[in-house]
Amino acid sequence: MAKVSLQGVKKNYGSIRVIHGVDIEIKDGEFIVIVGPSGCGKSTLLRMIAGLEAITEGSIGIGDRVVNDIEPRDRDIAMVFQNYALYPHMSVFENISYGLRIRGMSKADIQKRVDRAADILQLQPYLQRRPRELSGGQRQRVAMGRAIVREPSVFLFDEPLSNLDAKLRVQMRLEIKRLHQQLGVTSIYVTHDQVEAMTLADRLIVMNQGRAEQIGSPAEVYSNPATTYVGGFIGSPPMNFVPCKVEAGQAVLDDGTSLALPERLRGTPAGAYILGIRPENMHVAQPGQGAQFTLAVDVAEELGADTLLHGKIAGTDVVVRLPSTAGFHDNSRPSLVADMAQVHLYDRESGRNIH
Amino acid sequence: MIERRPIADMIGHLILLAAIFIVAFPIYLAVIAASHTIEGLSQAPMPLLPGAELLTNTAKALFDGPQMVGVSGATPAIVLLGNSMIMAISIAVGKIVISLLSAFAIVYFRFPLRNFFFWMIFITLMLPVEVRIIPTYKIVADLGLLDTYTGLVLPLIASATATFLFRQFFMTVPDELVEAARIDGAGPMRFFWDVLVPLSRTSIAAMFVIQFIYGWNQYLWPLLIASDYQYQTIVLAIGRLIRAPDAFYEWPVIMGMAVLALLPPVAVVLLMQRWFVKGLVETEK
Ligand SMILES: Nc1ncnc2c1ncn2[C@@H]1O[C@H](COP(=O)(O)OP(=O)(O)OP(=O)(O)O)[C@@H](O)[C@H]1O
Ligand SMILES: [Mg+2]
Repeated sequence: MAKVSLQGVKKNYGSIRVIHGVDIEIKDGEFIVIVGPSGCGKSTLLRMIAGLEAITEGSIGIGDRVVNDIEPRDRDIAMVFQNYALYPHMSVFENISYGLRIRGMSKADIQKRVDRAADILQLQPYLQRRPRELSGGQRQRVAMGRAIVREPSVFLFDEPLSNLDAKLRVQMRLEIKRLHQQLGVTSIYVTHDQVEAMTLADRLIVMNQGRAEQIGSPAEVYSNPATTYVGGFIGSPPMNFVPCKVEAGQAVLDDGTSLALPERLRGTPAGAYILGIRPENMHVAQPGQGAQFTLAVDVAEELGADTLLHGKIAGTDVVVRLPSTAGFHDNSRPSLVADMAQVHLYDRESGRNIH
Repeated sequence: MIERRPIADMIGHLILLAAIFIVAFPIYLAVIAASHTIEGLSQAPMPLLPGAELLTNTAKALFDGPQMVGVSGATPAIVLLGNSMIMAISIAVGKIVISLLSAFAIVYFRFPLRNFFFWMIFITLMLPVEVRIIPTYKIVADLGLLDTYTGLVLPLIASATATFLFRQFFMTVPDELVEAARIDGAGPMRFFWDVLVPLSRTSIAAMFVIQFIYGWNQYLWPLLIASDYQYQTIVLAIGRLIRAPDAFYEWPVIMGMAVLALLPPVAVVLLMQRWFVKGLVETEK
């Protein structure tokens, strides 16, 4: 087990910069998830930590060593790949033990470690099979077994579940979480699936075009997105963004609706901003409580417990999540109040959160 | 094809049968000829049914060689077969080893002039033995390799075709497999040996069959290099026999030798057929 530290890590492919400087100190035993859309540089970052990709600038440390120039095999890491990368001609046992055999470990020790991993992953019945004779989920477990037996200080996962069907993905997600609790090994996990990210992470790194937009716990990232990008990426449906002007402690929407800002935002200098509010932070106005605005619903999506109402506020498309029991449908016009304690103001130019 | 058309099927089968007949009939004749005595065979028309001498004739070909007048000393087929075996196996194995290694270098290593070397190898496809035979002969002669197995095998041992085939195969091996092996701690040669070679085994089998037959059938090159009977191959010997004046030789024994010459390639094809087809058709990953 080890801490991992990234300092000013950058990556160029030729003249194109794909990672623009990432800094993070990952604590021993922490589960870090790197999340972001396709092409944002998640895999590149992970592969630099693994040593499969050279670092253009900056430094990466694992434990107490800077590993910039150390070969992958000597970094004390193990990696699980998206398409498993199992050796097709080797049995499950041989696949799992290959790294140990290369290291010249004794037969008895290899047997012991493989047995233990196979027990943890319920692979005992399959040890003599070839990968092609296994299901996707079983192959996935073999790939994890290969990582576990190395007893590394850091686990690296590159979208390990994205080739599985939805049900299996949920199950394997849980298994990975359990495994992490059991082994307590520092883990870095790449995914573009925000549910995976939220459920697995101790801390998230939300990436956008080669930059770490926000690093924080899932709750923090969810409730206090550092940029409009993060608010729009994390959460399903995403945060709503409505243009507004701030004057004297009030946020004024384009249609003239005026919302009183909470204490923490009252000092905001006057000017044009973007108001960010999560779909579940708008509620039906109670009798006696003054309605702040009326939502013109286009489409109502029933999700079971909740209903998503798609409509417009002050000319901007928004989504509101209300309990289905509130009973709104297509073309309803509910009167709503916003939970102003939960709103955020973002700079119009940079999209940064104004604290 | 789902549609069944009996007439088309029948025509197809007839064409195939005719082709089989055209290919098989001379072989049949050779076997028949090898099963008669000289006297029996010299009748006109030539007998088309087997006689009783097949074993005697092939045994004679194998251990004594056809006795001839005008050619000094017959070489028994067993020596010739041995030479052919050595030559064909060395060529096939050598080609496979060298091509595997060069394809490995070309696909997995960045070195200066990599593409240049690839194209150099590729261009040699256009230069078969026959085209470069004089300079090659000169080099082999200068190295003192005439009448040696090395001289027979070495100049034929590089193979652009096999290199190209293995290169294509290696390029289909997923990068992640290479990376997984790197993380597992396998160095390049370890990866080559533990992963690439086992994955290539069907291609290797296919290459072995093709190159074995190529080596077995070499005629021109042994003709130049092996002037000593001790180094002659069976294909070469049969060729020489046929050019000797007719009246004097034991045709049934020569035919017995021809039949013997056919057996090893047939055996190789039969034994490796399953893998051979797999290697050409399917990519197992
Ligand atoms: N070998 C390369 N040469 C040039 N550009 C590359 C190379 N590899 C990746 N890139 C670029 O770097 C960027 C980041 O790629 P990366 O694979 O890290 O994305 P990702 O976030 O993992 O995406 P995905 O979710 O699709 O896997 C992409 O824009 C990609 O085009
Ligand atoms: Mg990726």
